[in-house]
Amino acid sequence: MTTHTLSVLVENKPGVLAHVSGLFSRRAFNISSLSVGPTSDPIVSRMTIVVDGASTPVDQVHKQLEKLVRVLKVTELVEDEAIERELALIKVRVNPDLRAQLVDLATSFRANVVDLGSDTIVLEAVCSPGRLDALLELLEAHGTCELVRTGLIAISRGSETITDDMKPALVAVGA
Amino acid sequence: MEVTGAQALVRSLECQGTDVVFGLPGGAILPAYDPLRSSSLRHVLVRHEQGAGHAAEGYAWATGRVGVCLVTSGPGATNLVTALADAYMDSVPIVAITGQVPTAMIGTDAFQESDITGITGPITKHNELVTDVERIPAAIAEAFHIAATGRPGPVLVDLPKDILQSQFTWSWPPELDLPGYKVPGEPDAGLIEQATRLLHQARKPVLYVGGGVIKSDSHAPLLELAELTQAPVVTTLMARGAFPDSHPLALGMPGMHGVYAAVTALQECDLIVALGARFDDRVTGKLAAFAPNAKVVHADIDPAEIGKNRRPDVAIVGDLRTVLADLAAAMRAEVAANGPTDTAEWVAITDGWRRSYPLRYTQDVGGPLKPQHVVERLSALTGGDAVVVAGVGQHQMHASQHYAFTKPRSWINSGGLGTMGFAVPAAMGAQIGRPGELVVAIDGDGCFQMTAQELATCAIEGLPIKVLIFNNGFLGMVRQWQELFYEERYSEVHLGTTIPDYVKLAEAYGCVGLRCEQADDVDAVLEKALAISDVPTVVDFRTHDAEGVFPMVPVGRSNDDIVLGPEFTAAEQQAAARREVLAR
Repeated sequence: MTTHTLSVLVENKPGVLAHVSGLFSRRAFNISSLSVGPTSDPIVSRMTIVVDGASTPVDQVHKQLEKLVRVLKVTELVEDEAIERELALIKVRVNPDLRAQLVDLATSFRANVVDLGSDTIVLEAVCSPGRLDALLELLEAHGTCELVRTGLIAISRGSETITDDMKPALVAVGA
Repeated sequence: MEVTGAQALVRSLECQGTDVVFGLPGGAILPAYDPLRSSSLRHVLVRHEQGAGHAAEGYAWATGRVGVCLVTSGPGATNLVTALADAYMDSVPIVAITGQVPTAMIGTDAFQESDITGITGPITKHNELVTDVERIPAAIAEAFHIAATGRPGPVLVDLPKDILQSQFTWSWPPELDLPGYKVPGEPDAGLIEQATRLLHQARKPVLYVGGGVIKSDSHAPLLELAELTQAPVVTTLMARGAFPDSHPLALGMPGMHGVYAAVTALQECDLIVALGARFDDRVTGKLAAFAPNAKVVHADIDPAEIGKNRRPDVAIVGDLRTVLADLAAAMRAEVAANGPTDTAEWVAITDGWRRSYPLRYTQDVGGPLKPQHVVERLSALTGGDAVVVAGVGQHQMHASQHYAFTKPRSWINSGGLGTMGFAVPAAMGAQIGRPGELVVAIDGDGCFQMTAQELATCAIEGLPIKVLIFNNGFLGMVRQWQELFYEERYSEVHLGTTIPDYVKLAEAYGCVGLRCEQADDVDAVLEKALAISDVPTVVDFRTHDAEGVFPMVPVGRSNDDIVLGPEFTAAEQQAAARREVLAR
C-alpha cells in the first residue's frame, strides 16, 4: 500500500471534524487513519491524515481539503523527511512461564509494561508504523487480545515548520 | 444600539444589499419574521421550501447576485436539501438561513430539530451553526462573501431560536474571520504566455467553454479570444449563451446530447482550451477515449478541478474574467507579432460537419407535435431575447439544442444534479431578479408536477412567467433509455397526458391556462402567451410521446460512438463515423 501522510492545520471550531469527514465520504476518499489534537495555539488544531494512495487520488484530497473554509494549511509529509509515530496500547494474554520472554520482546521494541495482570499484560508502544507492525506480528504469537492505536502523527525533520510559508494573516492568528 | 439577533439578521441582509428573500416561516425562525415586516426586504412567500431554494438559485443565475432563502428548522431546512445540492453542483451563489431549535435543546430530538449543518456539509460550500448572538452580522457577511467569491456556491447559516431572541449591541460592518478561505489571485503571466503560444501554434484548436465564463461575466473577452484565434467554440449545457449561437465559430453544445460538430471537434482537435469547464462525464463520454490527440489548457478558478478528470498540459488557476482578458491581450500581441493563426482548414472542416450533421427532426403537417418545433418557434418569436429556464430531461435537452441563444444569463437549468422540478420555482426567482423581461420555463410534465405549487406564489406576486409544459405523458428521458437500452421494456414511466388537466390546474392557481395540440397552432398560442403581462401563463403542449433526444452518445461509451438518430440514414451515420463532410 502506498500511503501518503498529510498534516492539516484547522481552525479549532465546532463542526470542523464533521466537514473533514463529510468531505471524505462525499468524495469517496479512503483514509487509513486520522488523528486530531490541539496545537500550541488554542485556536488551531492539527490533524494527521494517512491516505491510501492506491485507491485515492492524493492530489485531490489535498486540494479538496484546502477548499474547506476552516482548513488553514495542508502539507504532505515526505516519508524520509518526516518523523512518523504511532502509540499503541496492547493487551496480551500471557502464560506466567512466558512472561519474562514477552517483557524482553517489549524491551527490544522500547515498549513499556503499563499493566500487569494475573494472565494479561498491557504494553505501551511508541513506534514508527513499520516497527509497530513488526511488534504486533510478534505479539500475535502470544495472543493479543485487545489493541488500541492512536493513528499516525508526524512532523517534518529539520528547521522547517508547517507555518513557514503561511500567509501573514494566517500567522497572525497564531497557527 | 441594542438589537435582537433577529433584528441583526434582517439588518445584516439589508446591509448586504439583499432586496428579496424567498421563504416560508415556522416555529424556530418565527423571531426573524417579526422584524422582517418593517424592513426594506421583499419577502416572497413560497408554498414549499424547495421552491424557495430553487427561486434563490434562479435569481442568482439571472442576476449574478447572491440569492437568499429563509426557512424554519427541521422539515423546513431538510426541504432545502435538494436546492442546496443543486446549487453546489452548479456553483450557484445562494445563502440559506435556517431556524434551529434553541441551543439548550440541540441534541435532544426536540420538535422540528434536524442537524442541518451535519446534513448539508457535503452539499454546501460552507455552513455554520451560530451559537453566539454577537456573531450574527459576521456570520451573514461571511456567508455572502463565501457564496459569491472564488468558485461560487451555497452557504447555509443555522440560527437557533434563542440566539435570534438574545440581545447585543449592533455594529456594522463586521470583521470577517476567515483565515483559511483562499480565493485565487492573478493568473500566472508565464502560464498565460504558454497557453497563448499553444493557441497560436494549434492547427485544430477548440475553445471548450463552461459555466465559469457566465459566472465571471467574461463573455466579451471570450468573443475577442475566439475571433483572434479563429478557434471554434463549444458551449456546454452550463454555458449556453456565453457565446452567441449565430456566430460563425459557434459549434453549439458538446456532450451526450451534443451537436455532432461540437462532439467531434473535441474528439479530433489538437488543442482544447477549457475555460471554466470541468470535463464532466456528460461532456467527455468515456474519459479514456476523450480527445485522444489533444493538448489541454485548463483555466479554472477552482484548483481542485485542474487534473481531476483530465491532466492538463498548461493549468491556469484564476478568475476567468482576468484569465480571458489576459489571454485575449496576449493573443492580440501574438497575432500582431507573428501573424494570424492557421486554422482556416480546421474551421472549414468543423463548419462542414455542422452543415452535414445538423440537429434534425421532422414536423409533419398534421402529424404529432414535436417538442423541437415548439422550441424553434419560441426562439424565432422571441428573437433569442427570452430568459429560458428548464428542468431536467428531454425538454431540457431540446430547449438547449434548439433555442438560439444570443447572450449570457439567458439560459437557466439544473445541470450537474439534474433536479426535476427546478424550472417553475427557478423561473419565479429569475422573473423577480429581472422584472419586465420575458422569462419562459420549458418544462416536462413529470418535472412540472414536482413543484407546480409555486404557480400560486407566482400568481399572487403577479409574476408573468410562461410555463411551456411539453406534455408527452411520460418520464420521457427515462422512457428513451428504456427504449434504447432495455429493449423497449417500459417500466413505470407512463404518467398519462390528461391527469391533471393542466389548463384547469393553471386556472385554479390564478394563471392563464392554454392548450396546444397541433403544430399549426404553435405560433398563435405562443403569441397569446407572450402577450400576457400580469399573471403567469401555463401552456399544455401535447407533444409526441415517442420523440427522442438525438444525437446521443450512449452512456459509458466513447464520443466516437455518437448516434445521430432516426432522422439520418445508415449511409449518413457511416459517413459521420468516418468524419466525412457531405456535399451540400
